[in-house]
Amino acid sequence: MTAQSEAELAEMVAGAEGPFCIRGGGTRGGRVPGTPLETGGLRGVELYEPGALTLVVRAGTPLAEVEAVLARENQRLPFEPMDHRGLLGTGGEPTIGGVVAGNISGPRRIQVGAARDFLLGVRFVDGRGQVIRNGGRVMKNVTGYDLVKLMAGSWGTLGVLTEVALKVLPRHETEATLRITGLDDARAVAALSAALGSPFEVSGAAHLPGGEVPVTLIRLEGFADQVAYRTGRLTETLAGFGEIAVEDDPDRSRALWQGVRDVAPFHGRPGDVWRLSVRPSQAPGLAARLGAEGLLYDWGGGLIWARVAEGTDLRARAGAFDGHATLVRAGEETRARLGVFQPEPAPLAALSVGLRAKFDPRGLFNPGLMPAPQEAPA
Amino acid sequence: MEMPVPNPAALARKARLVERLRAVLPADAIIHDPAETRVYECDALTAYKCPPMLALLPASTQEVSDALRICHEEGVPVVPRGAGTSLAGGALPTADCVILGVARMTEVLETDFADRIIRVQSGRTNLSVTNAVEEEGFFYAPDPSSQLACAIAGNIAMNSGGAHCLKYGVTTNNLLGVTMVLMDGTVVEIGGAHLDAGGLDLLGVICGSEGQLGVVTEATLRILRQPEGARPVLMGYDSLEVAGEVVSDIIKAGVLPVAIEFMDRPCIRACEAFAGAGYPDCEALLIVEVEGSPAEIDAQLAVILEIARRHDPVELREAADADEAGRIWLGRKSAFGAMGQINDYICLDGTIPVSSLPRVLRGIGDLSAQYGLDVANVFHAGDGNMHPLILFDANAPGDLDTAEALGAEILKLCVEVGGCLTGEHGVGIEKRDLMLHQYAPADLEAQMAVKDVFDPAWLLNPAKVFPLELSEARRGMAVAAE
Repeated sequence: MTAQSEAELAEMVAGAEGPFCIRGGGTRGGRVPGTPLETGGLRGVELYEPGALTLVVRAGTPLAEVEAVLARENQRLPFEPMDHRGLLGTGGEPTIGGVVAGNISGPRRIQVGAARDFLLGVRFVDGRGQVIRNGGRVMKNVTGYDLVKLMAGSWGTLGVLTEVALKVLPRHETEATLRITGLDDARAVAALSAALGSPFEVSGAAHLPGGEVPVTLIRLEGFADQVAYRTGRLTETLAGFGEIAVEDDPDRSRALWQGVRDVAPFHGRPGDVWRLSVRPSQAPGLAARLGAEGLLYDWGGGLIWARVAEGTDLRARAGAFDGHATLVRAGEETRARLGVFQPEPAPLAALSVGLRAKFDPRGLFNPGLMPAPQEAPA
Repeated sequence: MEMPVPNPAALARKARLVERLRAVLPADAIIHDPAETRVYECDALTAYKCPPMLALLPASTQEVSDALRICHEEGVPVVPRGAGTSLAGGALPTADCVILGVARMTEVLETDFADRIIRVQSGRTNLSVTNAVEEEGFFYAPDPSSQLACAIAGNIAMNSGGAHCLKYGVTTNNLLGVTMVLMDGTVVEIGGAHLDAGGLDLLGVICGSEGQLGVVTEATLRILRQPEGARPVLMGYDSLEVAGEVVSDIIKAGVLPVAIEFMDRPCIRACEAFAGAGYPDCEALLIVEVEGSPAEIDAQLAVILEIARRHDPVELREAADADEAGRIWLGRKSAFGAMGQINDYICLDGTIPVSSLPRVLRGIGDLSAQYGLDVANVFHAGDGNMHPLILFDANAPGDLDTAEALGAEILKLCVEVGGCLTGEHGVGIEKRDLMLHQYAPADLEAQMAVKDVFDPAWLLNPAKVFPLELSEARRGMAVAAE
């Protein structure tokens, strides 16, 4: 089913008899049984004020269209959303609604925040078919509860997004990447911590241990003079970690970070893919326990991408740790057996289940994607 | 503002409640003498006062949990309190409530500079979080102007902002985890030293929930390395529109100042009379501050000054040294003191799209004339967070009512242009009855459904945020259960 308007979508939900699989562009693998409910008909920019750094856009608008509109004013989505297509082998066009619903953020998350931090307002259809509005289009808003954050990363389980308001930022004039080779994982995370703990506003901090030689990458963005100055100072700061090469061609630097963002080293390689959000200093020790065939660290070590043999229970291998593991790529059987999202401790699970029961009392939205209510009504 | 009638059943249980609490809290943590409970009768919204039935000062998460469990079993409402600096009445008691203060919980539990986090008990003051890490060159970014006094617990409850959030965000963008006690005494751990939630973003909805979902006892906060330096520039214009354009042009140019502060003529004059900072007498004054090394600051200021000159300023003043920088900030930082000296005032914090600035300022001027009360404007222009100061005389009969009515009209104007009622102070009781101007009943119902999940009996800070007529059925449950 494809709604052409918010009102039509609300009617479809109100009159629904069975569950929906909510789809934006279908690129991020959030597939569950149920009637596909497509948001692609809800398309277009509602409002764009470059001088106020705000964009209001309908949820089914392709991400590429959003990025093109922003690029014309030399602005962008600062949280650098990942493109999952290469990793998952999916087709289609990512939508802005999918980005928000999954709280999809890339390398710059470590400096500026995640998608949820740039989301100013939402409109969505809840499980009763009511249109709900929360937040607005201004940068500071504490008027009532922040359902905006709750909707970001809820993967459609609380409601179907119809419109999102985002804070955007100007593109930087240029960028450069510092590159250190040969560091082991622990030393690399220490280098990334040192860089992120410097005053030089590092906007990307990744470590790729998988190639012929491990590579550690640190990104700086800003005006040309600024980037040149910070590159010099940061090179001094990190001198103890080994020889540092500087990639100061902005296009080549951008290509490096696109690879990190989209986990390019895993493209076309077999196995399941997991994503772990962890405390950075614990990342190398944790990663060593995973028995991974491939690893990539982003967010200064706070994000681990792990490629493991199909069907592996990575959470069992990881044991207890500060953070959580999400199953991003796996077969149906593995997804069903292990669950996409990390089970929460009982009191938190009760809150999450309770919220989903309030927003979606009939259990219509993406059932099974997040742990189910214990007494789901028929 | 109206508050609910105290529940006689709750009041009648005072003696039994004290008796039960004595089993779990030290004697000096239970304040029940009416002479002493008066200390907690208001927060910084001093126009409203009501001593609570009891005040509790637990010293640990366990004590908070025990105290809440008992209050829950007794069906007594609880109003959490940080440092009592809310401008919106967030910590205003009712006569039948228990104030639960976190003032004794001020420890730093952990600092980790490699992972760039600090974990503190929630009664710790905002500024003392920065104090705990500044020797290593770090700071905690959200800096509400009450930062010397306000507690992290209140910052989380109200999702507090500050002058520097254009660059660094507000509390919710710098909060990584909490230990929180639910009304029934259950202790939950949400988030931690890692980024982003694993399931639903519960932390996101807790932050800014005005103490209605739980009592936060510990928090993990993101700390940042201090910039190498900062420098302000001051510019004066003879037109509000032009000053608004300057703000917009600076933002579009790709410079991200750490602060853009805007003052209008009434505010400039009051500050000048109070602090003598040497401000020009003009329609609009901007203070723009950028950060970085001296060379980086020069480069950014060059871009900003070029924009400023293009708009024909009546004054353009750079700070050559720390002393001059201090003088540029002097008037702005004394704005609230200056107002306090000449009058009583109500400080609002509606937020508007930056593009609507001139229209809203003119609208405020018209309303000010209509109601016969002066309004001075000082605000964070980069993010559209207004701070209209309505000046009135608390001793003049009817003046407070007139000031509140004028305030309500100003906030409605903010909503009308696409903004919101409150950008950083919170709803509390102050804007509670205006909520239906911003949201439809179904929108508020969705928010109240969240409270239903966290606090099904509606005992935590129940008379705040939502218009009383909308929350009445829910608030009545505790009484009805008797």
